[in-house]
This record gives sequence, C-alpha cells and structure tokens, in this order.
Amino acid sequence: MWVEIGIATIKALVVLLTVLPLAGALGWVERKGSALIQDRIGANRAGIPLFGMNITLQGLVNTLMADPLKLLTKEDVTPRGADRFLHALAPVVNLFPALVTFAIVPFGDVLFIGDREINLQIAQLDVGILYVLAMVSLGVYGVVLGGWASNNRWSLLGGIRGSAQMISYEVAMGLSVVAMILTYGTVELQSMTRQQGHLIGGWVPAWGILYQPVAFILFLTAGIAESKRVPFDLPESESELVAGFFTEYSGSKHMLFFMTDFVEIIFVAAMVSTLFFGGWQVPYLFRDGFHFPWGTAIALPNLVVAILELLSFTVKMLFFCWFQIMLRWTLPRFRYDQLMRLGWKGMLPIALANVLVTAVVILLVQGA
Amino acid sequence: MTLPIFALLALLIVVFALGVILARNPVRSALSLVMTLFFLALLYLFLDAHLVGALQIIVYTGAIMVLFLFVIMLLNLQADPEERSAVTTLGTAGTLCAAFVALLVYMVGNTGIAAGPASANFGTIQTVAEALFIRLMLPFEITSVLMLVAIIGAVVLAKRTIQ
Repeated sequence: MWVEIGIATIKALVVLLTVLPLAGALGWVERKGSALIQDRIGANRAGIPLFGMNITLQGLVNTLMADPLKLLTKEDVTPRGADRFLHALAPVVNLFPALVTFAIVPFGDVLFIGDREINLQIAQLDVGILYVLAMVSLGVYGVVLGGWASNNRWSLLGGIRGSAQMISYEVAMGLSVVAMILTYGTVELQSMTRQQGHLIGGWVPAWGILYQPVAFILFLTAGIAESKRVPFDLPESESELVAGFFTEYSGSKHMLFFMTDFVEIIFVAAMVSTLFFGGWQVPYLFRDGFHFPWGTAIALPNLVVAILELLSFTVKMLFFCWFQIMLRWTLPRFRYDQLMRLGWKGMLPIALANVLVTAVVILLVQGA
Repeated sequence: MTLPIFALLALLIVVFALGVILARNPVRSALSLVMTLFFLALLYLFLDAHLVGALQIIVYTGAIMVLFLFVIMLLNLQADPEERSAVTTLGTAGTLCAAFVALLVYMVGNTGIAAGPASANFGTIQTVAEALFIRLMLPFEITSVLMLVAIIGAVVLAKRTIQ
C-alpha cells in the first residue's frame, strides 16, 4: 500500500513540478511572442551581471527572476471596505481547480519497473472526463469572489461578466465532450488515448480530430473562453475595466491570478492533445517498439517507448500553448453581445447537432 | 466508508449549512451553500456513488450556485439590516425541521436496507445509465418534458413582447 502511495506522490510531484515552471516559461513566450507580432524586441534588459556581461538569456531572466521577485516583494494591498477573508481567498480558489485537473491527464502509457506496472496518469477515475468538467465548473468561483470581495465597481463588473461567460461556454464544452464520449464509448482519458493508437487502413493514426473535427473546434473555442483569454477576455478587458476581477490585487496575489491564466492555457492544450491528437501516441509506436505499415519493425525497450510517448505528449501540448498565445496577439476582443450570441446561438446549436449526428452515425455503424 | 471520514464530512456539511442561515451577507450565505453542496458531493464519492458525486459538483456547485451568485451580484444585494424576531424564525424553522427528521427516521426505518459494502458496479456510469435509460425510461423522459415546459414558461414570462 505504501508503495502505491509513494508512486502516486511521485507522479503528482512530477506533474506539478512540470506544470508550474512551464506556466512561468509561458510568461516569457507571451512577452516575446507579443513583441514578435508587434514588431518590437520585447523584454531584454534585466540580467545577471557576470564577468562584465549582462546575462539576459533572451529576456528569460526578466520573466523568470525579475518579475516574480518584483511581485513577491511588492506591498500587498487590500482595499478599504473589501471583504478581507474572501479577498485573500479568491486567488487560491482560482488556482486550485486549474491545478487539480491535471490529475487525470495521461502523459504516457505504462512504465514497467521490475514486475510493477505503472500507469502514467496520476489518478484513473471511473468518472473520467466528468471530473474535468466538474473542476472547470468550479473555476468560476475565483473570478466571482475576486470581483465581489474587492469592493470595486470594475471588479464587480468583471466578476459578473466572468460568471456569465463561463456558464455559457461550459454548455458547449460539455456537449463537445459528449460527442467524444460517444465516439470512444468511454469516459476514461487513458482508454480514449489508447484507442487513438489504432490505424485506419493500416496507415493513418485514428486520432480524435479525424472523427470529430467539429467537436475539436468547439472544445478549443470553449476552452479558450473558459480560460478568459483574448478574444474572450471580457472579464478583465483592460481598456474598459482596468483589469476586471483582479483590479484590486497586488503583489503575490496578483501573481497567483497571472499564474492561473498560464496553468489554464497548459490545461486546455493538454486536453486538446489528449482528446483530439492522440495524447501520448506516437504514430506507429506500440508497446514493444515501432511497427511501420511498410513492414519495418524496430524493437525498443519499455523505458525508451515511455520517454518517446512523454516527448510526443509534451510536443503536442507545447504546440497548443504556443497556438493559444499567438491567437491572443492576433485577434481583437469580442463585444459582449457578440460573445453571448456566439455562445448560445452559434456554438450551442452546432454542438447539439454534432452530438445528434455522432449518435446516429454510431447507431448506423453498429447496426450494419 | 470509515466513520472518521463520515464524521468529518458531516461536521463540515452542518457547519456550512449553519453558515447559510447565519451569515448576514447574501454572498457569504450563498458561498456557504456552495461549500455545503461541495462536501455533500465528497460524501457521495466516499459512499461509492462516483457519478452522482461528479454530477453534484457539475450541476449544483458549478452551475446552479454560480447563477445564484450572479443574481445576487447583479442586484447588488447588501447585508440585511432588518432585525428579525429570533423566536418566531427559529420556532417555525425548528418545527419544520423536527417534522422532517421524524418523517426521515420513519421512512428510513421502514425501507429495510441493511448497511453493508456496495456491490462492485454500484454507482458506475453503466449502472446509472441502465437504470435511467432502460428501466426508468418513461419517467425520465416525462421529467425532461416537464423541465422543458418550465424553461419555455420562464422565457415567455421574461420576454417583454411576443411576436
């Protein structure tokens, strides 16, 4: 029993210690990416003076050392008239659901150590992806609490916008997930990923996007809306609400809100890769090595296979992180009525139709 | 489920349920209700009803309570300054609670369900789905029609003009 607890702890720590530094690194990608798109150089001044040189590491020192130090040492202000307890609680409530959702993301198949078989996923729950939906739906409380407890009109408006937006897009997200559950016939993410290892006609990997392109677009859009980023950043829209629900936060609490933003990006990227792009699957890689459709086979030890799968998952995840950041600096912000129209009159009917078509097709295929 | 876990969860549920009625601020009241429903979901999880636990969080904690908070914030409700007579409030509440507890004790006492470990596939998605969509298909569909009626009614009431 203690061995199982130890293995689970190690897996949880590995995931946590990957996600948190990656969230910081994405801050750097965001700053440099925005600079690239806006034809600027971006943060490049802060550095470590060493041997008469200024070691800036392309601005990494700025984002990973100077910014956190500045935020951690700043004065922590709670506005007068604010609900002190809830004001302090909001950033934590915001970060918590975003982090715990990683518990069910599979980042590899199985690793054999001795005669022990380790499933490369922190927790295999029988409610599977419903756990993700549950945690995503809890994410709204950080926004609502931060907006309400600050005793500030901008914050309150941001909080109200945030709750309306997240409720609206949860519906479309849930329905796109329903289509995926129908396709795979399971709610468990690890077995969804395993099914994507099949080959269609012996050549094409059976990734989710080939079966459900509509659900992919719906899920990605709803995911970006849930993480409240441009073009869905109405809860914080700087030009009208200063910073929306986290206007009145400073220092480390402000940093927590920022962190949550990046953790949510990573989470959306991880889910999109898992559901639609084969998760940890490498085309033609099986548990015992590569089997190419033209007959070549390369046998590989289990450890190498596990590392390749981990790499594959990381690459896919990083691509979608990068994609979301590029999207942010490419698109303008929606107007509020456009946001609501897209959610309820656009995505909801499409998602419903997608579920219906999927169900009918599955029925026909199974009946035939 | 072991007794200490049940005791802890039950205690938390009761404490936050008290918070719902004792908090003077409507937002704090609603948040206490969120916590009550959340710990209730955990209770379901420890009772092996995993699907019900997840649905409890998705539907009640994550959707309905958010709408409650949304309305409270939209109307900008403040703490109720009016002092209520504690005796009448508590008296009425106490009587209703006592009647409910008596009914509950009577009903549970008559079901004849023996305490014991749940069967292996209890509370899984398959079991619940079979009950809902095969055994209880008709009541389930009638319930959804009822809810549809309620939604249409709400839309009709909320619309200022109907073409």
